[in-house]
Amino acid sequence: MSQITPVFKREFLGYFRSPVAYVFLIVFLVASVGLAFFVGGFFKANQASLQSFFVFHPWLYLFLIPAVGMRLWAEERRGGTIELLFTLPLTTLDAVLGKFFAAWAFLALALALTFPLALTVGWLGDPDWGVIAAGYLGSALMAGAYLAVCALLSSLTKNQVIAFVLGVVVNLALVFLGWSVFNGLLSGFLPVAAVDFIANLGFIPHFDALSKGILDPRDFAYFGSVIALALTLNVVALER
Amino acid sequence: MIEVKSLVKTYGHKRAVDGVSFTVRPGDILGFLGPNGAGKSTTMKMITGYIRPDAGTATVAGIDVAQDPVAVKSRIGYLPESAPAYGEMTVLEFLNFIAEVRGYRSCAERRDRVERALARTHLEPVRRQAIETLSKGYKQRVGFAQALLHEPPCLVLDEPTDGLDPNQKNEVRALIKTMAADRAVILSTHILEEVDAICNRIILISNGRVVVDETPEAFHARRPGARLDAIFRELTNVDA
Repeated sequence: MSQITPVFKREFLGYFRSPVAYVFLIVFLVASVGLAFFVGGFFKANQASLQSFFVFHPWLYLFLIPAVGMRLWAEERRGGTIELLFTLPLTTLDAVLGKFFAAWAFLALALALTFPLALTVGWLGDPDWGVIAAGYLGSALMAGAYLAVCALLSSLTKNQVIAFVLGVVVNLALVFLGWSVFNGLLSGFLPVAAVDFIANLGFIPHFDALSKGILDPRDFAYFGSVIALALTLNVVALER
Repeated sequence: MIEVKSLVKTYGHKRAVDGVSFTVRPGDILGFLGPNGAGKSTTMKMITGYIRPDAGTATVAGIDVAQDPVAVKSRIGYLPESAPAYGEMTVLEFLNFIAEVRGYRSCAERRDRVERALARTHLEPVRRQAIETLSKGYKQRVGFAQALLHEPPCLVLDEPTDGLDPNQKNEVRALIKTMAADRAVILSTHILEEVDAICNRIILISNGRVVVDETPEAFHARRPGARLDAIFRELTNVDA
């Protein structure tokens, strides 16, 4: 298991060896903060909270996270380095976890870099820091879930574009399942219990709860399960 | 010591490796010859644990690759075809990564191993250069350096002199000869003079089967005075 560390280090530092990291971080920061102010009505809401910031994350991640996840395995296959990696003395699980955690740490860094926004809210008003912390935690967990799905899809193909498109499509499905508009449509012809069940398979209800400060173990279990399932399938896909 | 017994690998309808058996002892430099598509690379990939055999066993130092792949991988230095490496890393960064995965966790130990590998493969002048910017000859040497970094008891080299100029070929062959002192070495090649230059045994594979398993002298003796490629053609055409 200690073999995860060298893989993690290589991957994480690898992001910064090319323009990838910097482009991604800048786009993420500009988009996430920009959406909060210009589309989310940050000032109009007149509340010392980051709700108008967090509400866009499921949609923002839809495009940005497949861009990070698509190269996880597809690039190794393309470049032939997958043969090098899997003839080194480490298990498939070591490699999967090392890469996943490195990508997740990178996304967590991107999130953490939005701290000026949190500080601004703290300066302008008197926010509930617990709620803000829960929001960040929920966003990080959701990012992990998106990423795990994208990593799995990346391991199924050599082509990064296919990995990207599949990543967007599958995550879109998972977002839609919990999207209020879609649920409204479903409730037109399905019983409430069924609609609720379907909705809870999606990201939004669980993330919403966390971003409002509700620490429900079921939401943690949800994100944990998605990540665990996707990573398990990732190992299976690679060992085929 | 490498022992291969009745290895089989099938891709769809094609039997890429069809019951290959042989043994390589410490001190042997085994030349793996055969036409393209004969099954050389596939056999090597099974020995190094990259591919799982459909039938048969591959044992390295008494350990079955299927039972304990990680233990086997730690005893082999493998140079895959086209010497894949992480292009965006510098030679030093890459070798440090390999050293860490190979178990050299202390800085001093790692530095020592990496310096030794750099010296042996004459990579000092390019140590801080990104691998993707190196010439083919240097890239091949990086592949070598990572294969011999941990001084493994077995070396599996897939076309180690492919694409090198005559001087570099000579250097690599000299390096293999010094490395083979008490190691089991398998190298695959299309270059028949290489066989005479460094190998003490030849295995000729054609259509997934071992056609010849003998010393270079015995191979020459098949048609005294004939060129090696004439003997090669004769043996591989018969099976085609």
